[in-house]
Amino acid sequence: MRNFFIDKLIKNTKKNNKNFLIVGDLGYNVIEGFAKKFPKNFLNVGVAEQNMAGLAAGIASEGYRVFIYSIANFPTFRCAEQIRNDIDYHNLSVNVISVGSGFSYGNLGYSHHAIQDYGLIRMFPNFAIHSPGDISELNGCLEYIFASNHPNYLRLDKSKYNQNEFRKINLKPGKLIKKLSYKKNNNKTILMTGACHNLLNKLKKIDEFKDYDINSLPIWGSKYKKKLNKFFEKYKKVITLEDHVLDSGFGTWALESNLNLKKSQIDCIAYDNLNIKVAGNKLYLEDLSLKNNYYYKKIKNL
Amino acid sequence: MSLKNFKSISKKLRIICVELAYKSSSSHIGSSLSIIDILTVLYFEVLNIKPKNPNYKNRDKFILSKGHACLAQYTVLYKAGFFDKKMLDTFGKNNSKLMTHISSEVPGVELSTGSLGHGLPFATGIAYINKILKKKIKIFVLISDGELNEGSNWEAIQFASHHKLSNLNILIDQNNEQSLGPTNKIINLEKLIDKFKCYNLDVCETDGHNYTNILKSLKRTSNNKTKVTIFKTIKGKGVSFMENKTLWHYKSPSYYEYSLALKEII
Repeated sequence: MRNFFIDKLIKNTKKNNKNFLIVGDLGYNVIEGFAKKFPKNFLNVGVAEQNMAGLAAGIASEGYRVFIYSIANFPTFRCAEQIRNDIDYHNLSVNVISVGSGFSYGNLGYSHHAIQDYGLIRMFPNFAIHSPGDISELNGCLEYIFASNHPNYLRLDKSKYNQNEFRKINLKPGKLIKKLSYKKNNNKTILMTGACHNLLNKLKKIDEFKDYDINSLPIWGSKYKKKLNKFFEKYKKVITLEDHVLDSGFGTWALESNLNLKKSQIDCIAYDNLNIKVAGNKLYLEDLSLKNNYYYKKIKNL
Repeated sequence: MSLKNFKSISKKLRIICVELAYKSSSSHIGSSLSIIDILTVLYFEVLNIKPKNPNYKNRDKFILSKGHACLAQYTVLYKAGFFDKKMLDTFGKNNSKLMTHISSEVPGVELSTGSLGHGLPFATGIAYINKILKKKIKIFVLISDGELNEGSNWEAIQFASHHKLSNLNILIDQNNEQSLGPTNKIINLEKLIDKFKCYNLDVCETDGHNYTNILKSLKRTSNNKTKVTIFKTIKGKGVSFMENKTLWHYKSPSYYEYSLALKEII
């Protein structure tokens, strides 16, 4: 996903010299192509994320579309107040790119687990959250970002994706992508966001999900809750799926979106909010964080 | 503009500041009085701005990072003609754009601040991109000495030094007072000038209430170096019972105190 992002950014910058990429001394073997092609539109600010975010706001205030790129929690929590006050409050065109969603960086430890980032970013009213699950969705997210003039948060999974699976889709906040339709007028669905395909494949083995549609929502955020009104009219039973903790995550966002409608019954599959103190790869840590989940326990019993 | 005029303007601005602090029951009057003289010279002699066209493309930029001293900037913007007295008089009132920390909703204000350590990184971004674009605008950012406790400033200072941002002017209001007392009792800044010299910046120290010195320091040029001016100031300057008193970081003047202050300033 990282390479797809950079390639797409390079292509867009050839047409638009107002793109500006800032990295926080990260992006080895990914960002070099951009830096070489557009040295006047590129900066490595060093290991200094507060400055990176504030500086990005300053450059954006001069009419640029700025991308700040780092991994995990560094471009979000480390500079949370700069994002809140300088970027979001002034509604500047700064796009926060975080690589390594969920447990992508597995055994690098808790500092590198981006599992609470939705909770932070979805508090900011001007931000759209982009959590693409594959490169087709990523492409749609980037097309939207390149045309937008508000702040965006793009969360990139570290997995490699098969380019052959690419198909062009147009995306905007609240637009659902139907991944699987079990039957016409079905009123049960899994609603997922982000890179949780492994988890989805496990869930599909549970009998009660066999007749569920599968929908994906790649772009969402604080101000887009009403966009799901029709969706909740249609689906009476919704199971949300994400690679993030339950607290202030995607599932609870869906619950909040349904609050005034009370149309759907929503259950969430999301991580327990644990301080993980052991090493482990993505699958291991996911298993650890979901072992108490009602539905996940059913997988374990299969 | 003559020194006499600077003195006359800043006297009027002090009067308005004290009056508005009293009428709005707002705090931070000491911080505003500390920087009135610097802002008077900056706005009336240094900045390339068009008050009737606040977003004029090639304007110089001023960012008040110590946003709690907003009364000083609001009053100087009013006096320069960015907006009228009617608007200024709404300061701190319900539904007013003039919040009691500086607000970019107000004509002439580039950035809303209030939490410390935000102005310098933002100003650094503007300075960097304008250097790349070879635009001749100047960027000024005013921060307080207490604000230098914030690490984000030092991140930006390292960056400005590395990239030789000669269009960036960092103005430091060194009144030796911060929120809970004297700076040397809280986080001692020691010889501040030496700290900046270590970063290979063009640093000077001067009296922040002497118009000749202020003007000279703000107009100095320097090739390939960010300029830092440490203004030695007095918190609450111009009102004897407010000077160098921590209390006036918080207190708004009573009617009696307001009357006393006016007598002193006039």
